[in-house]
Amino acid sequence: MILLLQYTLIFTCVLMLVALGGCFSEHSGVINIGLEGIMVFGALGGALMMKYLPSGTAPFVVFWVVTLAAMLTGILYSLLLAVAAINFKADQTLVGTAMNLLGTAAATVIVKAINTAENSSNVSSEIMYVEAKKAFSIVPGTEFSWFMVLAVVLLIASYVILYKTRFGLRLMACGEHPQAADSVGINVLKMRYAGVMISGLLGGLGGLVYITAGVSAWKFENGVAGFGFLALAVMIFGAWKPQRIALTALLFGLFRSLSNVYTGFEFLKNLNLPSTVYNMLPYIISLVVLALFSKNSAAPKAEGIPYDKGMR
Amino acid sequence: MQASKKESLLRKPGVQTLLASLICILLGLLVGYIALLIINPAGATEAILDVIKNFWAYSKPEKQLKNFGVTLVTTAPLLMCSLSVLFAYKVGLFNIGAAGQYVAGAGASIYCALALHMPWYLCVIAAILAGALLGAISGMLKAYRNVNEVISCIMLNWISLYLVNTLLTPVKNPTGKDTFTIASQNQAALLPTAGLGKLFNQKNVTVAVPLAILMCVIIWVLLNKTVLGYELRATGLNKNAAKYCGMKDKFNIILTMAIAGGLAGMGASLLYLSDFEQWAVTQASVPAMGFNGIAAAFLGGLNPIGAIFSSYFIQHITRGGANVNMNMYCAQISDLISSVIIYMCGFVLFMKQFMNKKLDARENRKGGNNK
Repeated sequence: MILLLQYTLIFTCVLMLVALGGCFSEHSGVINIGLEGIMVFGALGGALMMKYLPSGTAPFVVFWVVTLAAMLTGILYSLLLAVAAINFKADQTLVGTAMNLLGTAAATVIVKAINTAENSSNVSSEIMYVEAKKAFSIVPGTEFSWFMVLAVVLLIASYVILYKTRFGLRLMACGEHPQAADSVGINVLKMRYAGVMISGLLGGLGGLVYITAGVSAWKFENGVAGFGFLALAVMIFGAWKPQRIALTALLFGLFRSLSNVYTGFEFLKNLNLPSTVYNMLPYIISLVVLALFSKNSAAPKAEGIPYDKGMR
Repeated sequence: MQASKKESLLRKPGVQTLLASLICILLGLLVGYIALLIINPAGATEAILDVIKNFWAYSKPEKQLKNFGVTLVTTAPLLMCSLSVLFAYKVGLFNIGAAGQYVAGAGASIYCALALHMPWYLCVIAAILAGALLGAISGMLKAYRNVNEVISCIMLNWISLYLVNTLLTPVKNPTGKDTFTIASQNQAALLPTAGLGKLFNQKNVTVAVPLAILMCVIIWVLLNKTVLGYELRATGLNKNAAKYCGMKDKFNIILTMAIAGGLAGMGASLLYLSDFEQWAVTQASVPAMGFNGIAAAFLGGLNPIGAIFSSYFIQHITRGGANVNMNMYCAQISDLISSVIIYMCGFVLFMKQFMNKKLDARENRKGGNNK
């Protein structure tokens, strides 16, 4: 039971952070399919930082340095989307797809190059961080980590920023009707850059939390196994609203962790369902919900459309 | 006189597309080369040449032919996926679900071959139907429930991955995580090689390649020479105008997604029924083939004939990546190059606008001189 709780909470944090990232990007008017790639890069940044930090570093410092490294790499990677989608008016779905492929490919090349340079017979794409990971846990030996606290803080911050600040309201205006926003003096391009970069920050952090959830080594060949897409489902199911995203993330996180630990429960084991069912459920539920409620979708009106001043 | 002829050539959309694709490829290779230089400058030039040369890197003609054959085996499914993507794109739909439809096709064809012991043509048809069904679901959600096809496709990609993993677990080889080879269970389900296997000295080279090219031609004819193709393209260009003219926009959307799905599903059967690789029932991510199909479609300028060349090119460098010196580099350098190429494809529109702007500016200047 306690195991289920641990996994549920940590997966919830991952999904919530990444989905909130997507939420910021889409509210500014840019569809971010590339969350998966951003997660991989955030994870890579964090993992490399853990690898190279000297072993005696204080846990507090480790936590913040690694977290910031993941956020920073996430932001840098998200700039690929920002430049293409905002300045060059590229097809956002195409660029996002490219970013997902590029994320895994580039991370694998980088990690393999580092591993091979250290030891020419080591051709794996794995980074280990057993020691550094200990800095994250609140209760040693469990998955209850400081990331959970950070995730809750960021959730509240997201809500406040989006609905209670001038910046957030302007950001959302750019996703609903950029021409109107521009006409009252809001710089749409800047706002969209901000939206995409925030999604890079949160997505990168989400990637770091994901690769430290339950494991202390990561093979970058595997990317992040579809969590970026699952987060996209969370965002849609959560109707682009932080508070609903948090609840959805909890639900989807529960399903996801059930697929890992369902054998520990007598009644679930007796159902004799393959673990794939629990993996599938979140996607099926979101598809059904989409089918039922898409007629009056809560999606930002102008998302996916490059801003063109001439359309005013 | 000569200059104006050259300019009018540059004005042609086909020429511009070709130029833009070549620029994408060059930039992709450049980024790959820079990455290699950073990793280890000593062998970088040799490595990038290995990637570009692929089978030419071998000295013996038999070995060259054999590796050319292997490249062709993986080209056929990619070509089908890129056809699927470009067909849907012509109708204004972004079929990111080619990946899932490919998975569904793989599941259906392998299951029919190994569990139901069907001959190959029935397996191919099953794959087409499975892909088409998945595509049609996205199409129906789009037509009747206004669900964005990108989102529904992403969900269906993952649903089909987990479904196929479950479906194929009974035909798994107990010693590993892969399914049985087709040859060991049901020879009749192998695609006929029609002499191609002997020609390339590689038993996996089958009728898959000619079949895929045939489908290209069929899709080109369907899009450009038939009433249905005209209607589909019209729906893609302006849904409301098409509806106003009496075209069945909802039906057309569903039909398009079903055809696109069928193409991707068939692509999977062309790979798995050639026994080139087996399905790993534990895989946790959607195979990249469908996503690479997006790359090939855009690199080929969204043209069925262009897709033949772009699909071959992407598999050519992917295969070439296996040739690099493994003590210094890794094979994924090719994935890096092809993903950079897809990323650059996003800038094609901008490149074309840029070219036209330059041409306009030059014409204006000339106009001024004549006065």
